[in-house]
Amino acid sequence: MISMIASFILPFIIFFIILYGAITRQEMYEPFLSGVKDGFRIVLDIAPTLIALFFAIQIFRSSGAMDLFVRFLSPAASILHIPKEVLPVIFAKLFSSSAATGFLLDIFKTSGPDSTPGFLASVILSSTETCFYILSVYYSSIHIKKTRYTLKGALFATFVGIGVSVFICCYF
Amino acid sequence: MLNYLWSFLILTGLIVGSLNGHIVSMSDQILSSSKEAIELCILMFGIVGLWSGIMNIAVSLGLTDKLQKFLFPFLSFLFPNLKNQKAMEYISTNVVANILGLGWASTPSGLKAMEELQKDNPQKEIATNEMCSFLILNISSLQLIPINIIAYRSQYGAIQPSAIIIPGIIATCCSTLAGIIYIKWKDRKL
Repeated sequence: MISMIASFILPFIIFFIILYGAITRQEMYEPFLSGVKDGFRIVLDIAPTLIALFFAIQIFRSSGAMDLFVRFLSPAASILHIPKEVLPVIFAKLFSSSAATGFLLDIFKTSGPDSTPGFLASVILSSTETCFYILSVYYSSIHIKKTRYTLKGALFATFVGIGVSVFICCYF
Repeated sequence: MLNYLWSFLILTGLIVGSLNGHIVSMSDQILSSSKEAIELCILMFGIVGLWSGIMNIAVSLGLTDKLQKFLFPFLSFLFPNLKNQKAMEYISTNVVANILGLGWASTPSGLKAMEELQKDNPQKEIATNEMCSFLILNISSLQLIPINIIAYRSQYGAIQPSAIIIPGIIATCCSTLAGIIYIKWKDRKL
């Protein structure tokens, strides 16, 4: 049932937007094309980091270092009831979205995107933000030194998001 | 940050690999990693391009402005003491951009919002309640359709790439709600 609804969401959004444009008789084709160009620019921005991280994570994994690292983390993972492969994703996501993506794709390659760790990591990445990165960029842009309770609140929200993701993916 | 993580991964990988002998088989895999990255990018040109196109139609139809108006009561609940109208406008642009996953539109408006908030700040080195609230809200994650992750899933053969949308929305709503509760609790205390 839920997967039925999920598969309707994207077509519905598209239908709604185009219908609205058709009723109000506005130009849609040109904005679409320029939006696609923006999208290309986003992908071009991501492409170098993807190569960099695929490269580094490939070395880390094929050398066996990843297995050691994950085994080292597995006691913590079993306490938290999280598949151990997901921990590197969570850890990386706090600092860098692209590093987390690298680890996510590594899980996709080894266990598949529909496996429990693959699915859980996807949900976690789609419901969290790069906490430390955003804090440092936004506060350093206006020279704030004392950030007071921002970090605590941000981490609290992030970990609630992760907890709910784990709950949904591991118990349903 | 990424600089250290990146070199750490490469160096420890190479050291561990030479200790346990895996280094012999690593060359091929290292080279094929770049091929995989580019294959992924080609798929992403399609999916991300298409989605950005759709979202740009929504922007040009004025649907994002409508969403902004719709969110106004919610934002004035979160920022009850914010008198600076410009700051409010930037915050709402940023929130809408985050909800729709328009990454390129969210950072500039977010930085502008911080600039405006800083103008009303009596102590320039200490964050105000509004700044804390804004960033907690921002970091709690607002994005509803994680199009990049859907693209990755489709590249690696997920049966239903968009299946993560609903769990993602639930988790996002819970984390945002947690952020809001925290913000309100702090606002009351101070």
